[in-house]
Formats: sequence, structure tokens, C-alpha cells
Amino acid sequence: MSAASYYMTITLFIPCFVDMMYPKVGISMVHILERLGHKINYPEELVCCGQPAFNSGYWDESRTVATKVLDRLKDAEAVVIASGSCGAMLKVFYPDLFAQTPQAQNAKNLASKCYEFSDFLANRLGVTDLGARFPAKVTFHDGCHGLRELGNKKPARALLAKVRELELIEMKDAETCCGFGGTFAAKFPMISTAMGEVKCASAFATGAEYIVSNDSSCLMQVQGLLDRQKNPVKTIHLAEILAQS
Amino acid sequence: MNEREAILARIREALTLTAGKPGAHGGGPGHHEPAVSPGPGSARQWLPVVGDSFEERIALFRANSAELKTDFYLLNTREELAKLLVELRDIEGWQRIGSHSGSLTQPACETLALPVCRTDGSYDVHELEKCDAGLTECDALIAQTGSVLVTSRSAGGRALSVLPPHHVVLARREQLLPDLPAAFELVKTKYSPNYPSFASLITGPSRTGDIERILVLGAHGPKKLTILCL
Amino acid sequence: MKSFVREFITQSRHVTQELRHRQLIQTALGKYEVKRDEKKAAFQNWPAARQAAAETKWEAINHLDQHLTDFARRLEARGTVVHWASTAETARDIILGIVRDSKARSIIKSKAMTAEEIHLNDALEHAGFEVVESDLGEYIVQLRKEAPYHIVFPAMHLTRGEISELFARELGSAPTESPEELTMIARRALRQKYITADVGITGANFAIAETGMISITENEGNARLTAALPKVMITLLGIEKILPRLEDLALFLPMLATAGAGQALTCYNSLYGGPRQPGESDGPEQYHVVLLDNRRTQLLADPEQRDALHCIRCGACLNVCPIYRNIGGHTYATTYSGPIGSVITPHLRGLQDWKHLSYASSLCGACTETCPVKIDLHHHLLQNRRNSARQKPSRTEKLTFKLAAVVMNRPRLYAIVKKMARLFQPLHKLVKGSRLDPAYAWTQTRDLPTVPDQSFKDWWRTRA
Repeated sequence: MSAASYYMTITLFIPCFVDMMYPKVGISMVHILERLGHKINYPEELVCCGQPAFNSGYWDESRTVATKVLDRLKDAEAVVIASGSCGAMLKVFYPDLFAQTPQAQNAKNLASKCYEFSDFLANRLGVTDLGARFPAKVTFHDGCHGLRELGNKKPARALLAKVRELELIEMKDAETCCGFGGTFAAKFPMISTAMGEVKCASAFATGAEYIVSNDSSCLMQVQGLLDRQKNPVKTIHLAEILAQS
Repeated sequence: MNEREAILARIREALTLTAGKPGAHGGGPGHHEPAVSPGPGSARQWLPVVGDSFEERIALFRANSAELKTDFYLLNTREELAKLLVELRDIEGWQRIGSHSGSLTQPACETLALPVCRTDGSYDVHELEKCDAGLTECDALIAQTGSVLVTSRSAGGRALSVLPPHHVVLARREQLLPDLPAAFELVKTKYSPNYPSFASLITGPSRTGDIERILVLGAHGPKKLTILCL
Repeated sequence: MKSFVREFITQSRHVTQELRHRQLIQTALGKYEVKRDEKKAAFQNWPAARQAAAETKWEAINHLDQHLTDFARRLEARGTVVHWASTAETARDIILGIVRDSKARSIIKSKAMTAEEIHLNDALEHAGFEVVESDLGEYIVQLRKEAPYHIVFPAMHLTRGEISELFARELGSAPTESPEELTMIARRALRQKYITADVGITGANFAIAETGMISITENEGNARLTAALPKVMITLLGIEKILPRLEDLALFLPMLATAGAGQALTCYNSLYGGPRQPGESDGPEQYHVVLLDNRRTQLLADPEQRDALHCIRCGACLNVCPIYRNIGGHTYATTYSGPIGSVITPHLRGLQDWKHLSYASSLCGACTETCPVKIDLHHHLLQNRRNSARQKPSRTEKLTFKLAAVVMNRPRLYAIVKKMARLFQPLHKLVKGSRLDPAYAWTQTRDLPTVPDQSFKDWWRTRA
């Protein structure tokens, strides 16, 4: 394990669904970052980035939530976000949301120190080998926000490449949306489901035992469909794999 | 205010607000790709590579023709050209052809010794429609894309190169241009400001993929395109 | 007003359940993707070419008044009549006038999305003229009395069997499973139409300001015949089609072909700069160019989304869109479908009527990533949502987000909500997947994860 020469205080942003439904993802991140020698700061009062309101067009309501995030993270050294989608919200969409407001500069400052988890490990810390072992065939799903808003294609793969006994089999439609899309999944359930079916079929065709991603929201969609189809393929967050030894 | 002035007024009013340059938006378009500045100069630097020598360019033209299902022949003498034309005539059983006057088409028509529908001046379109082949000259061949550049002046009008089922192009080696920028440069230097009313880059025989995305040649235009280059 | 949304939802439910239809579209577009990637790879630098194309269109659109007047002046200098139309109705009247003046009976048409936009065929047929679509795909959908399914591949949703049946019924041809034979049936049926048509109507892919020419891209040769044989030629185009210079085509033609159809260059890329000129042997006696606004200037007045006018109608965003690929082209019920249609239709036909298309997106951004002129498509969907919520907010939604903000900003309230979720979980099992289920939208097709006893925050506190 290569250790960073400088130890940081990392502020962890745990969005509501990770807190409530996927605590293991956050716990794994804490373990991994602490093992690397860094100090974790978890602002308990931050649970939402404001994306649902933002994506629905209710920017004023979104700002009510986001302003608190901005204030609370103002002095953070580095912010690691436990979801590519929320990461895109903080890093890419806050500057839009707060454009032409007194908070515009704050939003830009925050954006510059926000990282999605895999990006933080591989690019900010320069660490890819975490000594993890995961004896299984896996395939990786690129969450759209992480992939296209944040431009994170390589970090997750670099990290997976160093996991012992893990075999990564790329699926044909790795970059195709799983159909979650936040409120979209509830507003247009049939379209969302059709998209999810394409994703599941593509993943299934690889023969992998696990579908890995760095976004729990995508995995909720995929796992929800797999369970309904009684498909034995499992989903798992990247951080959970990296925390295994 | 007439329609023209009304539209222009709305445009000018709209343009009083300025829009950001492409890629200016924060997380903006193509965030996935690194920001690139195209830099000055012609499109040549981004388009597919074309070699510098005549041999490389002709090889590229040949390869493109094969992919496009164009029949391309590089010939050394007028005799070879005449022989090939006669072969084509006999194999396909041409009864009549369409053509226009030109230093390559003229002798070709004489060699073929068939009735010719000439499209130098006004002509009967029904006559042209009955022709088995249209023989034309061209302005240029383009190595990069395997295209033939024709205009209403160089190739006997608009219909001759598209109405008959077989389009035969007679060209000269020195007409081979490297790429698309060179083709448009030629159009400008050769014709500006007195442009012909029609010009076309012909890239392979007519085709369609409208039925189950399966390629079929000869949708409405020629089913065959033959390029004979001297 | 609501009927557009309801129709959209009904149609999308219908198509998503038709597996055969989805398969047909995915297969066709899968083939396209392979070809597109191959042709893209041949470029020395595709990203730089995209940026250059985007900047060229930016220049064209942001100096549109200048370029349009240059374009018109140069066309007029060679004897073309240039018409300007603020609305669809004006454009239809202009074209009907030209057709009547020329004492035409039959009209041959090559593919033009602007003609679809102004429902030109209906108007011409209503006035008693015969209009025949000459592009094979368009001809097929015209025979079916349908709108094009896709802006580049109009008959993509049909199998050869369906086309064979259609031709047998409408043209009396013998049934065949061969795409080649089917194409030849159409070829034969249309040949005489070109020769006898009095008027030819085309669209345009580009309008070159520098030389006063329009550029038409096609594979079949139908547009070339339409522009060669009839005595009168009319080109209908949107005012946004402008490119400043002739040499811009050296970049735009191969990019359009690559992005649109996975071809290095489309079979015919033709320039038209006027009627038959002195010394020329054929071509129309009259050439009319109709420039259409139809609320494009309204989009131009929105600097945030002005780049949507950069669109070259290649269809690449439709091809990669997972929504399009699963609901198909007709579900949109718009002239322009897919991501670009979802962005511009609210501007062209009213935000409140068409906002649902902007919501019917997972915002995955595949469209923006693929667009050859770098239109910020999926972010424009977000802006349409914001604009519609600002203009006419839904009370329930606004209230929901207001309440959510209250909860999210108050840790104690949030803790109570979490506890409730856990408590109600066993009860949820009773109604799961049924209409009584408050999460029915999710659970009718998907399971929900089990909420664990300990949240992340609970765990964090055990460490303190």
C-alpha cells in the first residue's frame, strides 16, 4: 500500500440514501481513508445536496438545501462525496445554481475541492492499490453523472485492476444509463424500467457475479430489477470491494 | 414592415444578448473530453490522413473506391481506356448512352459507336432516361473520400450523372486532389464569382439503408459508378 | 393541454412493452454505432474537429443577420427568388402561391424536416396537388400515412415484411423479403414521377453565406433528381442552416455523415446556387428559396440555449439516447424527436405543452457527449425544467420540495423520518407492488432495498 506523504482532514459527504439504505458504503470509505492515515470529518447535519429539487426545476427550493451545504463545507480541506451523482451536483451544478447570487464565488471554491470517492483515491491521493482481495468476476457500470459530468472513466478501473483475484469483464453497454435518473424513475417508471432491463441484460451477458459501480443510486435501480427478475447477479459498491481484505 | 425586415429585426433584437462560446459552460458540453482548442487553419489538420505522394493518394482513392463499391481503373493509354469502354459496352449490352462534349468524352463516344443523347444544350429528358450509361468528365477526384467532383459545367448538366443507371466518369491523373479542403478551394479558384448553378461531390453509386439498415445500391441514382482515370 | 403528456405516457408504456419493436431499433442503432466509431477513428482529431465545428456554428448563429442577408443577396444575383417566412402559415402560403403560379399538377419532394415542421404536404394535398416523397424511407412512411420515425432514418421501425405488405397493398407489387427488390419496386414507381413532376421541393442541410448556395446531403440521388428535372424548384430551410464560408463544408460534410449515418461521406453532397444559368443544359427555370423563422428567433433570444440552433440535424443524439432507443420516434409526437426535439420543441411549440419531454430524461448526457457541434443538450433539458417550474410551478411538487428542504435542513426531523421508514417497512410488504403502495411507481417493476437497522450516522456515533 502506497501511503500519501501528507495526511489530510477529509470531509465526507454522505447523501441521504447512502446514510439510510447503504451505510456499508460510507463505512467502507471511512475505513479505507483512515487506513491511508487521513482524518475523517463527517458533518452529520448534511444529508442532502438538493439535487431532487434542482433536477425537477425548483431551483429556489434546491438552494435552501444547498446553501447549508455551501456554508458548512466552506472551510473543508477536501470533500469526498459518496456518490457520483451528488458529486456532480456539488462540483458541476452548484456553480450554475448559485450563478449571479452572492454565493457564486463560494460555489466555485467548493467545486474546486470536491471529489467523487474513486477520483479522490486515484487522482488526488494517487493511490490505486489498497491491498484489497475480492475473488469474483465483476462488471462495472459507469454512473452517468460520474462519467460525463465529472469525467471519471479511469479511476474506478485503475482501482479494480489492483484488487487481488478480481476479474473485470467489461459489458457492452457499460456507459449506457441504467434508467434511474432520480425523480425520472418515479415519473416515467416504464421508460426507466426498460432502460434498466437493457442494462441488466448487458451485464448478465458478461457472466459476471457482481455489477460494481460507484453510485448506490444506480445500484438500487439495477438490484431492484434483478431481485424482481429473481436474477442471482448481485450489485456492490466499489468502496465495499476496496475495503475487503 | 415586410417579412424579411421583420425577421431580421427579431434576429438583431435577439443578438443584443450575447451567448457564451462553445465549451464555456462550467460542466459544459463534452466535459468527458478534455477541452481542446481547434487552433487556426484549415480542417485539413483534423480530417482523415492523406499521403503526400501521388502513389499514396491514388492508393487511398483506390481503397476508398473499393469500400464504396465504385469501380476504379487507373489506365496508362487512351487505347487501354477505349478497350475498357468497349468491354463495358459489350458486357452490359449498352444500346445508347448519354454524354456531353469534352476532350475525353468526345473520343470515348466515337469509340463506342452508339447513339448518343448529348446534354450540351437543351435535351429531351425522356431520351436521357432511356440511356444505359451516362459518360461525363469531372472537375476533380478526391483521394480522402473517394469522391468525384462534378459541376453543371464540367459534367454536362445536372441530370446526366444521376439519371442513367450507370455513371461512367472519365478523369485525368492531374485531377486527383488530396482532400475536401482542396476540393472546395478548387471550386472557388476555378469558378468564383461566376459559379455554376450546380456542383456535387459524388461518393460511390447511389445507395440506401432505409430498409432495416441493409445497404442496397441504386436507390434512385446510378446503380453503378465507374471511374476511368487516364 | 394535458393530453400531450397523457398521450406521451400511454405511448411510451405501449412501446416499452413491445419487445420486438425495441429489439428492432436497438439492432439498427447497434449497427450504426459500429460504423460511426470506425469513421470517427479515421479522423486525425475528432475532439478538435467538434470544437471547430461548434465554433463555426457559433460564429454563424451569432452573426445571423449579416450572414443571412449575404446569402440572400448572392442567391438573388443569380436569379433566385428568396422568400422570407415568419411563420409556418406564411411559408405554406408562399409555397402554395409558387405552385399555383406554375400551374403545376404533381410535385416531387425530397426529404425536408422543415416541410414536416410546417405540415407542407397536408397543405399541398388539401389544395388539390399530388405530392410524392422521393426518399425511400419517406416514401414508405408517406404510403403508411405516418410521420417519419427518425430525422435521418424515417422508416427505421419497419421490417422488410411490413414494407413488402405495404408495397403489395399500395403498389400492387409481388411480396418479397429482399431489401434490394423492395428498393427496386420503389425506384420503378418513382422514376416517372421525377420526369413528369412540375415542381420539385427540397430541404437543405446548409446555407453558404459566402457564395449564396444551399447544400443538400443524401445517399439515394432522389434530391439530385428533384433538383434536376422539374421546371420549378423550391428549397425550404430554417434560418439557422447558415455556414459562413464554402470551405466550412470540408469539415461539416464529413462530420454530418460520420455522426449521422456512420459514413465517411454521404453519397451525394450537392450545391445549388440558382436556376439554370445561361449556357447550362438543364435545371429548373425558376428557383425559389424560402427562409423559415417559425419561432427560431425566439430560441435565438435565449442566449442560454441559443446553441440549440447550431444543430445540423444529424440525428446522432437520437441514436445514442437510451430514452429514444426504448420509446421510439413516434412516441414524442413532435417533428424533431429525441434529445434535440425535447430541447427545442418547448421553444417552437410552447413550454407548458411540451415540458414533459424535458422531464422524460434521466439526464445521462450521452446526447451532449456525442453531438458533433457540442450542443449542451442535457443541460438545456434542466433549464427547460427550471423555466417551466418558474413560469407555472406545480403546487404539489413545490410543496414537496419545500417540505423536503425543511426536513433535510433539520437533523432531528430527518432522524424521525428515518425511524418511520424503518418502522413502516414491515407494513410496506403488505401492499408492495399493488396500487395501494405509495411507492407503486417504483415497486410495480422493481424491488426496494431493505433499510438496515443501523444507518451510517448511527454507526458513526457508535465510534465517537
